[in-house]
Amino acid sequence: MSLPSVTATLLQSGGALPEWTALAPTLALALTALALLLVDSISPETKNNALLAGTTAVGSFVSLAFSGWYLAAGTGQSGTGGEIVLYGEALVVDGMYLFFSAIFASVAAMVAIASYDYLAGKEYQGEFYALTMLAATGMTLMASANSLASAFVALELASLPSYALVAFLKKNKGSVEAGLKYFLIGALSSAIFVFGISLVYAVTGSLLFSDVAEALGETELVGVAGVGVLMIAGGFAFKTASVPFHFWAPEAYEGAPAPISGFLSSASKAAGFAVAFRVFVEAFSLSAIPEGINWVILFQILAVVTMTLGNFAAATQDTVKRMLAYSSIGQAGYVLIGLAALAGGASSQNGDVMGAAMAHLFVYGFMNTGAFLFIALTEHWGIGRTFEDFNGLASKAPMACAAMALFMFSLAGLPVGGGFFSKYFLFANAVFAGFWWLAALGAINSALSLFYYSRVVKAMWIEDATSEFEIRSKPVGLYAGIMIAAVGTFLLLPAFGPIIETAQTAASALFGA
Amino acid sequence: MIIEILIAFTLVAALATFFAPDRVSGKLAFALSLVPVVGSLYMWSLFDASGNALLQGSQVAFETNMPWISLGGYEIAWHVGLDGISLPLFVLTTVLTSLAIVSAWTPIDTRASQFYGLMLFMEASLLGVFSALDFFAWFVFWEAVLVPMYFLIGVWGGPRRKYAAIKFFVYTNVASLAMFIGFMALVFALGDSVTSLGLPEIAQATRAGEVGSYFGLGAGAIKTVAFAAMFVGFGVKVPIAPFHTWLPDAHVEAPTPVSVMLAGVLLKMGTYALLRFNFTMLPDVAAQYAIIIAVFAVVSVIYGAFLALAQQDLKRIVAYSSVSSMGYVILGLVAYTLYGVGGATFQMVAHGLISGLMFMTVGVIYNTTHTRMVGDMSGLADRMPVTVGILVAAAFGYMGLPLMAGFAAEFFIFVGSFGSQTLPFAPLFTALAMFGIVVVAGYLLFAMQRTLFGPFRLETDYTVGPAPLHDKLPIAVLLLLVIALGVAPELFWGMILDAVEPVLETGGGA
Repeated sequence: MSLPSVTATLLQSGGALPEWTALAPTLALALTALALLLVDSISPETKNNALLAGTTAVGSFVSLAFSGWYLAAGTGQSGTGGEIVLYGEALVVDGMYLFFSAIFASVAAMVAIASYDYLAGKEYQGEFYALTMLAATGMTLMASANSLASAFVALELASLPSYALVAFLKKNKGSVEAGLKYFLIGALSSAIFVFGISLVYAVTGSLLFSDVAEALGETELVGVAGVGVLMIAGGFAFKTASVPFHFWAPEAYEGAPAPISGFLSSASKAAGFAVAFRVFVEAFSLSAIPEGINWVILFQILAVVTMTLGNFAAATQDTVKRMLAYSSIGQAGYVLIGLAALAGGASSQNGDVMGAAMAHLFVYGFMNTGAFLFIALTEHWGIGRTFEDFNGLASKAPMACAAMALFMFSLAGLPVGGGFFSKYFLFANAVFAGFWWLAALGAINSALSLFYYSRVVKAMWIEDATSEFEIRSKPVGLYAGIMIAAVGTFLLLPAFGPIIETAQTAASALFGA
Repeated sequence: MIIEILIAFTLVAALATFFAPDRVSGKLAFALSLVPVVGSLYMWSLFDASGNALLQGSQVAFETNMPWISLGGYEIAWHVGLDGISLPLFVLTTVLTSLAIVSAWTPIDTRASQFYGLMLFMEASLLGVFSALDFFAWFVFWEAVLVPMYFLIGVWGGPRRKYAAIKFFVYTNVASLAMFIGFMALVFALGDSVTSLGLPEIAQATRAGEVGSYFGLGAGAIKTVAFAAMFVGFGVKVPIAPFHTWLPDAHVEAPTPVSVMLAGVLLKMGTYALLRFNFTMLPDVAAQYAIIIAVFAVVSVIYGAFLALAQQDLKRIVAYSSVSSMGYVILGLVAYTLYGVGGATFQMVAHGLISGLMFMTVGVIYNTTHTRMVGDMSGLADRMPVTVGILVAAAFGYMGLPLMAGFAAEFFIFVGSFGSQTLPFAPLFTALAMFGIVVVAGYLLFAMQRTLFGPFRLETDYTVGPAPLHDKLPIAVLLLLVIALGVAPELFWGMILDAVEPVLETGGGA
């Protein structure tokens, strides 16, 4: 028997291993968080950054390895008996959970490695890593939530550590202000979200996605249910930094420590999409929901407004970090096409377009995290924040600037990285699904985005230095994190095939295809 | 397999050079770039393809075809291979890159390793453009070429380099978008008759009349729209007047070796793509609008030549004359005769060598005199006899002196276009285009007379003497190649005809 088939028999539902082992990607992250807390309680105030960052990175890699292994072995997928439902149907392990867990774990690993230098000499290091791991745990749970209750709890588990992490530089006014803004908007949107859940529960009498879908098909309280769906959509708009709950994002990303900005804008955004995809496909399934609640139109509007607003705002920024923040709002607009280009009925296009959105999030995890880690590197060097401050940087740090140019061009959709394929596939699948106008608006926005992404590249490589850089050191951890992101971004160009196939299979499974 | 090895080697070489120390990078890049040269010449000696890679009954050389990704109902493959049209351009790319790298040794003195790394990166992308037989694989390389070119102009260019770089980038990127939309419309209109984005499958389906209606447009309208979008998209790259305005800026600001690559190879991407896409896939549309296309061609020839006549900067003269020369290529293509299309393909190679030679020689002179203005200097022949000798030879090559590559190419094109059955009033268009040669001779002779001959005059505070050997060697090699190809066009002509012939079969005309 080959290795995949051995593991398949071990892991499928009713296999040799207990079913809870299917949650290993989450458990690895949670145990790492506990281990970090243990270290911190044995020796509080420890500055043993290597141990802390190393533990975090290893934990993330273990989680990533589990996700990759399970995906290859077919755990929770149609080939080996389908999804594995755990804990009274509160959680579910399927292709989508594993795919998103791989995103969270790879982003967390890069952030942890880069934080080794970023945190050097700062206080509360143990807490930093533990909170990061707890947030990552929450994100994986968001991807596996199978009921509105577990979705809400997971969302809070991911959010609360994030608030603290944004305000981590507690002596820095910007960081604290960003944390407070993030927290206030987060609390508001959580309240809206949970109120939406209560309305849906009032109508359907259940929190489980499958039961909700069934009950919604027969309900007469269409208005109440519609308001509930709308409010739940609002909660996701907050988590994915989409219009109209995007205001926190530029503030939080700019004020937060740069590795955390990368973590939030890549992993946390992906987590928001993971749970949104599942809730709207399974609980508010288009084939069951009353005709009055047409959430596809809602997401079409959100997608168009989010991508346009994000892009135009990004084009007018003066500081690089803030430009990246707005561009990440624009990118969320593209991913929303995954929900906006859906159609009722069992169309195979649905799975394809959502899968393309997931694949874009995967590639985005590398290129966007890499870009923020580069910002972390410049902050470490004490370089200013505006485009002009980056002038001529490439002559001092060619390797890091080459990586940053790769991230920028890949984000813009030029074929030097996986972002080229992921964007073209997303737009092409929107066209196949019949939403050519969404693809056209996306393409126009994407063409515009080249303007502001290339500004960074132009400043670093083409402009002459306006100020003297004092680059005292080449921090190993930050460089390693950036290089992992760069190599990943580049390799995802030739190796995009398996990613898109996995994503589309996982998404199709969600539609019951 | 050898194509992948060469592309991968060049990419790795680019990376190695990029991070090498500045002082050795020029020689390292040259040494590494010899591998693709030897490889491509070896491929030329082994070449055994027959027919056109896109059309039925062909045998493609060095072919690899393996599944890569699937996009909806379309398979995307890693499909590369060469036929008689692409192999000459493949060889041109490797040879010209190596020579351009040597010609950079003198002028490039800052951030040298990055310069050579980008040159090699561009070479790898160009090799991909000319060998890819799958649309997405081809498009990846097509777009990837833009990135190194943007930096090469933007970092090492002249005073207005930033403007020139961004103009080049925006023009060609918008053009790519137009081309992409046109091509995808064509693919969608083919409906179920194609299951992949392989260029051969699409070309054969369109020629077999499988284009249906799409998006409320009939088959004829779709084909016209697709043809127009792709013509504009590729026309910017060629460039065809009136889409040429990015070119003089880019050329004037770019450092010499980059101008060499731009004129020698990058412009050929446009004509190559026109031949592969427009004229191979949609011959009936090309025939239908032959007059309009021929007008574009003749206007490019004449207008480009007159613009060149009005210039004072030697580099601008050569840049505008490229617009003129590319007009001949379009004329040859639209004629749809064996000699017309074959001559156009031959002209791509011949003009690649000759314009590369002109830019390089002007660059050698500039290295010494630090000016390119015709009015600033005279009598250079006294001070740098070898370089001036080569420049004179190159200029005569440009004018179409027999036994040089340009003569063979233009002769083929005119023979082909004169007898065209597809193009109405073909003799008239040919005669008008031939008038361009007179203008070329005019401005080149005028510029040479003023700068090279007569008493020496150049107000400088530095001595003007002979150029160093490593400046003279690449132009001498290029001149030899130009003569070799003029004396023995058969080196490429046979394989070009063999690959061109199937294109004409349903194109009407003989």
